[in-house]
Amino acid sequence: MGGKLTNTKHTLVALVEDKPGVLNRITSLFRRRSFNIQSLAVGGSEHPGLSRMTIVAVGDSAQIEQVRKQLDKLINVIKVSDITEEDMVDRELALIKVKATASTRSEIMQIVGIFRANIVDVAPGSLTVEVTGDEDKVNSLLGLLSDFGVKELSRTGRIALTRGSSS
Amino acid sequence: MKKTGAQILCESLIKEGVEVIFGILGGAVLPIYDTFPQYPQLRHILVRHEQGAAHAADGYARVTHKAGVCIATSGPGATNLVTGIACAYMDSAPMVAITGQVATPVIGKDAFQETDITGITIPITKHNYLVTDVAELAKTIKEAFHIAQTGRPGPVLIDIPRDVQQEQTDFVYPDKLDLPSYKVVSRGHPAQIKKAAKLINEAEQPVIIAGRGIIISQAYDEFKKFAEKAQLPVAHTLLGLGSFPGNHILDLGMLGMHGIACANMAVQNADLLIAIGMRFDDRATGNTREFAPNARVIHIDIDPAEIGKNILTEVPVVGDVKSVLTALNEEIERREHGDWLSQIEQWRHEYPSLEIRQSDELLPQYIIHQIYEATQGDALLVTGVGQNQMWAAQHFVYTKPNSLISAGGLGPMGFELPAAMGVKVGRPEEVVWCVAGDGGFQMTIQELATLTQENIAVKIAIMNNGYLGMVRQWQELFYGRRYVDTKLWNPDFVKIAEAYDIPGIRVKRREEVIPAIQKAMEYPGAFLIDFLIEPEENVYPIVPPGESLARFFEPSRPEVLGGKL
Ligand SMILES: Cc1ncc(C[n+]2csc(CCOP(=O)(O)OP(=O)(O)O)c2C)c(N)n1
Ligand SMILES: [Mg+2]
Repeated sequence: MGGKLTNTKHTLVALVEDKPGVLNRITSLFRRRSFNIQSLAVGGSEHPGLSRMTIVAVGDSAQIEQVRKQLDKLINVIKVSDITEEDMVDRELALIKVKATASTRSEIMQIVGIFRANIVDVAPGSLTVEVTGDEDKVNSLLGLLSDFGVKELSRTGRIALTRGSSS
Repeated sequence: MKKTGAQILCESLIKEGVEVIFGILGGAVLPIYDTFPQYPQLRHILVRHEQGAAHAADGYARVTHKAGVCIATSGPGATNLVTGIACAYMDSAPMVAITGQVATPVIGKDAFQETDITGITIPITKHNYLVTDVAELAKTIKEAFHIAQTGRPGPVLIDIPRDVQQEQTDFVYPDKLDLPSYKVVSRGHPAQIKKAAKLINEAEQPVIIAGRGIIISQAYDEFKKFAEKAQLPVAHTLLGLGSFPGNHILDLGMLGMHGIACANMAVQNADLLIAIGMRFDDRATGNTREFAPNARVIHIDIDPAEIGKNILTEVPVVGDVKSVLTALNEEIERREHGDWLSQIEQWRHEYPSLEIRQSDELLPQYIIHQIYEATQGDALLVTGVGQNQMWAAQHFVYTKPNSLISAGGLGPMGFELPAAMGVKVGRPEEVVWCVAGDGGFQMTIQELATLTQENIAVKIAIMNNGYLGMVRQWQELFYGRRYVDTKLWNPDFVKIAEAYDIPGIRVKRREEVIPAIQKAMEYPGAFLIDFLIEPEENVYPIVPPGESLARFFEPSRPEVLGGKL
């Protein structure tokens, strides 16, 4: 099969109807065509009744194009585009519960400060950090914090929009 | 005036032009059945198994080009439809399947006969609905028919809880659709059509691969004009048989695993493939890496997702076949392709795939050919799955548009009888032959009762080889002749028919074939012939799985299977 045969990360953005079962139809399609979803984030959009979904999946361009076309056929999907090659802004939010003792606490807070992240919960043995940024930023902070011991981690997965006035 | 959900369903079906419904009742659809007597213009055909209802609706749809409608109760009724829905989905047949559901207050509580049928059928329907508010029902039905019947057709399921069937609301059948995301491209892009025409005009060794999309689009005339104008030879997918006269000089017959040698040779040696309304199924292409190695590819299809799915396409044209061919016919030049066509003729002589060997044995190929002779092709042939299906595809000459009804994509044994029933109901004026496998026939044999109860005159020809024949053939060729569990003990099919009040005869010898077919045709009602065919007869040519189409095996070419035989 043609297209680029190298597997790369693709960001698909879909505008979908906010109705019961729609998420199931979309994930079912990925499963059925043997695609792994790396992350999927869904929430409100500028249109009432429609949600915007950001899906990150790995595959070669031809495969991703096939999935995009199949998604486009779903009745509840209004529009779906692969914005990987486009100029986009993408963000992720992560909550990281990191082990903290009296001796490590200030060092952690320093790192958090450098990343412009926030401490959102303080407990005797831990700190919970909230960080927003692109994946690289979240990964680097996570890397640094893992030296102290990460007790729990929750990431939202990527959300993305194309830049400027294009849509 | 207020109407119940059940009444709204019936009136909406009538608005959609529905005349026939195939189904079986049960608790969750009783309110619907209870209103049927108010609508005598809806004919309900009571089948004996919901799989039969779905295949019948599918058969009906394929020959009428209208959505076939089937109905089943919740739980087991709904799950029994699944095979038939999947079959219609794979072969792009329009269908609206209606299922009863448990009442809304108990949905999700594992109530008696509750099954998540919308969840189950997501991957095998074009769309499906669970209607929880009676006010949404009419709109939903309108959408369902529109989605099922337009673009690339397919099945749509509507799940209606019992209480919704009983609730009342004002009935207005909407005249507008509200489907913002559902777009059907019908006209091909002019620039793509120009590009396609250029390739066609330049080609020296072009071949068309004709699929069912031509039939769905009812583009027979445009297609014939297209092929004739540029002298383009026509190979068919299994479901593309019946899109072009089978006795035409340009017709090559079916390609693929059991394709006619000259069709496969032509495709493998082509410099241009013009694929029309087909989806490059692996049974048609053989090994895709070695498929038509020197060909540039034009792919015409209404479904953009088919473009580039299995085969890299140079010029895609997304649109309705009829409209695209009409436009293309204006752009293409008259050509002769004399050398190429005589090369193909040479292959036809070199590999006479369709020659039936002279023998005293009762050969299935001979029987199929005699059905063709007796009907002069003026019949609709519905097949089972397996060897019988391939013999029917190869040895009947499909001169009449849309005269082969066969389950190509899913290939469910048991399709033959209920589908033939639906075909005959849809086209009562036609002679309908059901070519059955002795194995497949027993998967839906109960529909003989439906034939009798509803007076449906299907002629049944069982290709009785006492085997799950196609599987036995694979065991013979690819598993060292180890016939594990493919031998069938069969009942006396003639007696069975008789028990269902259908006359039948058994044919054991060649000379009995023609009189038996004659007798079946003369009899006004359903008739069964149990042909005791040569048990170990094989389907040839065969391209071994995973091989290129050029490596077709037939007994005259033992080198292909080499040591494997
Ligand atoms: C429902 C179903 N089960 C199993 C198969 C696998 N299968 C394909 S062909 C075949 C043999 C069919 O036997 P029969 O109906 O007698 O037809 P024949 O090949 O002998 O003509 C089988 C078991 C199938 N296609 N469908
Ligand atoms: Mg058999």
